[in-house]
Amino acid sequence: MAGKGARAGSTRQRAHPEAPPRAEHRSAVTLRVNGEERTLTLDHRTTVLDTLREHLGLFGTKKGCDHGQCGSCTVLIDGRRANSCLLLAVAQDGARITTVEGLAAPGPGGETLHPVQQAFLDHDALQCGYCTPGQICSAVGMLGELAAGHPSLVTAPGSRPGLTAEEIRERMSGNLCRCGAYAHIVAAVQDAGRAPGDAAGRPDGDPRHLQDGATP
Amino acid sequence: MNARGANGRDADGRGTNARGTDGRGTNGGPAGARAASDPLGAPTARRDGRAKVTGAARYAAEHTPPGCLWARSVGAGIARGRITAVHREDALSVPGVTAVLAHDNAPRLLPGADPTLWVLQDNRVPHRGWPVALVVAESPEAAREGAAALHIDYAEEPHDVLLTARHPELYTPETANGGHPGVRERGDFGAAHAASAVRVDGTYKVTGLHNHPMEPHASTAYWEDGMLVAHDSNQGSTDVRNDLAALFGLAEDQVAVINEYVGGGFGSKGTTRPVVVLAAMAARHTGRPVKLALPRRHLPAVTGHRAPTLQRVRLGADAQGRIAALEHEAITQTSTVKEFVEQAAVPARVMYTSPHSVTIHRVVALDVPTPSWMRAPGEAPGMYALESAMDELAVAVGADPIELRLRNDTEREPDTGRPFSSRHLAECLREGARRFGWRADDREPAVRREGNLLIGTGVAAATYPVYFMPSHATATAAPDGTFTVAVNAADIGTGARTVLAQIAASALRTSPDRVRLDLGDSRLPAAPVAGGSSGTASWGSAVHKACTELTERLEEHDGLLPPEGMSVGADTVQEATAPSPYARHAFGATFAEVTVDTVTGEVRVRRLLGVYAAGRILNPVTARSQFIGAMTMGLGMALSEGSTMDPRFGDYAERDLASYHVPVNADLPSIEAHWIDEADEHLNPMGSKGIGEIGIVGTAAAIGNAVHHATGLRLRELPLTPDRLLRDLALAGLLPVAVPA
Amino acid sequence: MKPFAYVRAHSPAEAVQEYAARPGARFLAGGTNLIDLMKLGVESAQTLIDVSRLPLDRVESGPGGALRIGAAVRNSDLAAHPAVRERYPVLSQALLAGASGQLRNVATTAGNLMQRTRCLYFQDPGKPCNKRLPGSGCPAIEGVHRDLAVLGHSEACVATHPSDMAVALAALGATVHLLGPDGERALPVADFHRLPGERPERDTELRPGELITAVELPPPMGPSLYRKARDRASYAFALASVAAVLDVRDGVVHDVGLAFGGLAHRPWRAGAAETVLLGAPATPAAFAQAADAELVHARPLRDNAFKVQLARNLAVDVLSALAARAAGAAA
Repeated sequence: MAGKGARAGSTRQRAHPEAPPRAEHRSAVTLRVNGEERTLTLDHRTTVLDTLREHLGLFGTKKGCDHGQCGSCTVLIDGRRANSCLLLAVAQDGARITTVEGLAAPGPGGETLHPVQQAFLDHDALQCGYCTPGQICSAVGMLGELAAGHPSLVTAPGSRPGLTAEEIRERMSGNLCRCGAYAHIVAAVQDAGRAPGDAAGRPDGDPRHLQDGATP
Repeated sequence: MNARGANGRDADGRGTNARGTDGRGTNGGPAGARAASDPLGAPTARRDGRAKVTGAARYAAEHTPPGCLWARSVGAGIARGRITAVHREDALSVPGVTAVLAHDNAPRLLPGADPTLWVLQDNRVPHRGWPVALVVAESPEAAREGAAALHIDYAEEPHDVLLTARHPELYTPETANGGHPGVRERGDFGAAHAASAVRVDGTYKVTGLHNHPMEPHASTAYWEDGMLVAHDSNQGSTDVRNDLAALFGLAEDQVAVINEYVGGGFGSKGTTRPVVVLAAMAARHTGRPVKLALPRRHLPAVTGHRAPTLQRVRLGADAQGRIAALEHEAITQTSTVKEFVEQAAVPARVMYTSPHSVTIHRVVALDVPTPSWMRAPGEAPGMYALESAMDELAVAVGADPIELRLRNDTEREPDTGRPFSSRHLAECLREGARRFGWRADDREPAVRREGNLLIGTGVAAATYPVYFMPSHATATAAPDGTFTVAVNAADIGTGARTVLAQIAASALRTSPDRVRLDLGDSRLPAAPVAGGSSGTASWGSAVHKACTELTERLEEHDGLLPPEGMSVGADTVQEATAPSPYARHAFGATFAEVTVDTVTGEVRVRRLLGVYAAGRILNPVTARSQFIGAMTMGLGMALSEGSTMDPRFGDYAERDLASYHVPVNADLPSIEAHWIDEADEHLNPMGSKGIGEIGIVGTAAAIGNAVHHATGLRLRELPLTPDRLLRDLALAGLLPVAVPA
Repeated sequence: MKPFAYVRAHSPAEAVQEYAARPGARFLAGGTNLIDLMKLGVESAQTLIDVSRLPLDRVESGPGGALRIGAAVRNSDLAAHPAVRERYPVLSQALLAGASGQLRNVATTAGNLMQRTRCLYFQDPGKPCNKRLPGSGCPAIEGVHRDLAVLGHSEACVATHPSDMAVALAALGATVHLLGPDGERALPVADFHRLPGERPERDTELRPGELITAVELPPPMGPSLYRKARDRASYAFALASVAAVLDVRDGVVHDVGLAFGGLAHRPWRAGAAETVLLGAPATPAAFAQAADAELVHARPLRDNAFKVQLARNLAVDVLSALAARAAGAAA
């Protein structure tokens, strides 16, 4: 029965090629992405990651595992880093989302890279580049958490965490890099964190809430 | 000919990599801050860095042509048998699903190509996870739902998936990967071994390992005016183009494969994968563009992996540890689809003096996914075994492991008798020992404690062969004084774009910023795969040749260039296929300091340091990233990466990134790579050896040897996870609290 | 994943009503495990009731020094909360030992408790699993099970609960507050999760339609500590872990809370060990004896006997560290 070389024509095109999910299975969702308000009608199953990539053409945010196990899809949601592959877009209605495309500051002579982006270049903290946007967004969020005094597992009890290599390594461990750029990533994040100005805060990545550890 | 010594120089003396080489392995200052007069060898920032840090770089699944559909592949749910029915109704009734391809309706392929690409052509299931269907839909969500709704009936057959040293169907292959003979024999191993004063006999086990590049394999394919166009994540789009042309019965110029940006591969994208074939079939079937990105969990079954190996190494030596007899037997598995033999016994043909030697591969075809290249196939597992055995020999004769290796250093490749074009293993060992702070007087095992931690240091040598494959390139001078160099190289994160532009600029006697470098498109001059650490040598030689000829032509040219400029094409078929009288290999030495927690059995690496002699380093910035990146993968191989063949189901159990543990940032407190600046005139015009793989080669053994130094335990099985350590620590009485009687 | 309806609840009562009104409903909080499992085809829903924005996002001090943690408090916020860091360090440490920074920013207190096992067979709908498909069998017993249970498992299921946080909560003697169609009730956290028995499909004692509203911690009884062993230095589930709270007075154990993670279908409150310890000298020998009293019940599978040794070592190490701290403070 294997392969007569014929194509099953009857299955070639289905009756409902454009069929959206039924009305109760989709919603209008408004997201503020990199400062721009975007309203879309989305299948409830659509993740923030797929919304960015497949609906908004923002491919800077990467899909590495689609299950929260690699960190490649990290974006900032209302200033906090999160795995966009595990967030349903409909549940983020109204959220401010910053992706890697929204980090650089536009200027008259072209855009100025975010300090973390620049530090990644300076330290060759990337190779294939696929984990890089997630690393960078994660670093921006992480620097905000650090500035707010949030502890990590390696923070001594009762103390305020510093911008040490050990802290950065632990805090950046949710971002896998198979090329093995970790040492350079740590150096880059440390550099960016020390740089004058606020590497953690960007217009759309408001870290203010982080000052208040109790509630998001 | 004395190939050693004179040319070996510590690169720090030359200043090319002096910056930031100490402490935490970081590059000190901004990459490429300093311009050297010769762009070749200068620290030069990655050309594609900005596109990558801003998210502008587009990978294979990041193209959505108008009318694009999304596909999801379905893997076989049995380990061996036949498909008896494909029940499409439920899948096709999912709103948005437009087609379900399976062997009964998929476009026919022409035979002849790699049999792993022969998908949806017949009802045979050679292993669990083998692609048996493709669901195509208007959205990724519908494709996922459709795939889950597809029902396939199978006639299941008994399967055989477990590799054992006594498997009745083990055979000796004609050749192993890379074309190496399956068996090599010199002298009389048996007699020499029996007559040796000191004998070491160890069996080492490496589990299946998965490449897991961060970008899963993906393709976006469409047909346009009879032409097949595919954005595909691969390590060489000329080869993929050729395979697609053969499979679909097209002329090569009727296929375009684009791999401008590739999110890592580590060998798994070195050969054409079913992904692009499936996407192309679906695009032909539906008449629309189709995007297929493999789910992470599908990778272990569909994109190759490092096959498990069971390796026995027997050494016979004199009282000083000079080896007389060496036997390395590597037992491994392949699939029933095609033969791939991990050439783990090959490095033993290169490394040490061994007048009497047997190196042999044995393989069995099981109902398992087809293994393939994973970073340093052969060398990575083979040197784990050999370098662990060398450490055992050092202990057996009471020699420092560095000294033992020096005693067995050789000026000629033992297997061929050819002189090495260059071999600076001794310099790497000595330089590494100096930088690492190696203490030959502190080799007693299990005596360094910090609380409940046992501390140890270990060393291992590394080697990787020099490969050189034919390539084409063109160089064009424009009237405005800029140049365009075209070569279908693949930059999978190695820095190929950057280094090829340096090579071009050097030959053109201009600066790299005046050179535009086009790669990653099969319509460019044909070029080989980014594999075998050969990319820079292969592509670079063609680029160098084209640019050198262009420079000569420009010197002869009077007056202005025509508007289309002046072009020169070159190929290196002759150079690459010319036999060399030399044995050509890179060498290195890896040092590790580990802690073994006697409470938990956790092994952690405190420091990892590698020193390599790999020809001329063309770009210290990208080279360092290559070395430490491969060392990091070696750390994973040593400590945490392992995949279990599930005997009941016939698949690798750890298929996601939560259960297959690649190293995380916290696993690497300190990692450094250094190099001996090695001048070798018998390589290629740049004087370079490959650098992409050697970093993984010695790392696992160095870590395992350090664990032995810390604990006195020789585990001989990777990865060194807490379950294994605890068992042996308990047996050795090394737990912090005594076990009750 | 089949399409589903989505509603956002504005109050816990509304969430419970919506659930009752909609067959096949599931509560969605952070979603870090639920969405993961829905993508795998392990979980499904006809309606997701979003409870992530309910006003359950506060950490409040209660009477007598207790602490009430809202169900929707994010793991990272809870770990960073000054009261938690200061008074319940074991909880902060356990949270920070779990997952990654970005996952902790999204995962909630209730969702962490509701995590499902990471057993590889459970996560693969192409294979049998009694937890996912009751009656289909448990391939893990003879299969790949290094990471699975040594305590309290059954012929039907050898899964482990993956949470770190819940282990700390068990040692602390926390209480889970629930709201359901029949009103409010509370359960000790150690009783919230079940043993698999013959019904491994049920992870918890939660009744249909019940919503976790809060977790309440009693006043801290003493210094506390969490320690976890895993395959890599971060971002990995526990092979085994220990959470302990220890009150030592005059060198004698006055009070203790001890729980193991990674050993069983639920966070394992070590009652037998605690009994041995009460009134015993705070010495490593006594700690080892206590651990053995608990672990004597272990029934390791073919490939996970190391967990018994590991749990014993961890317990002795953590209790000894706490005792040394107490001795240091007393001196």
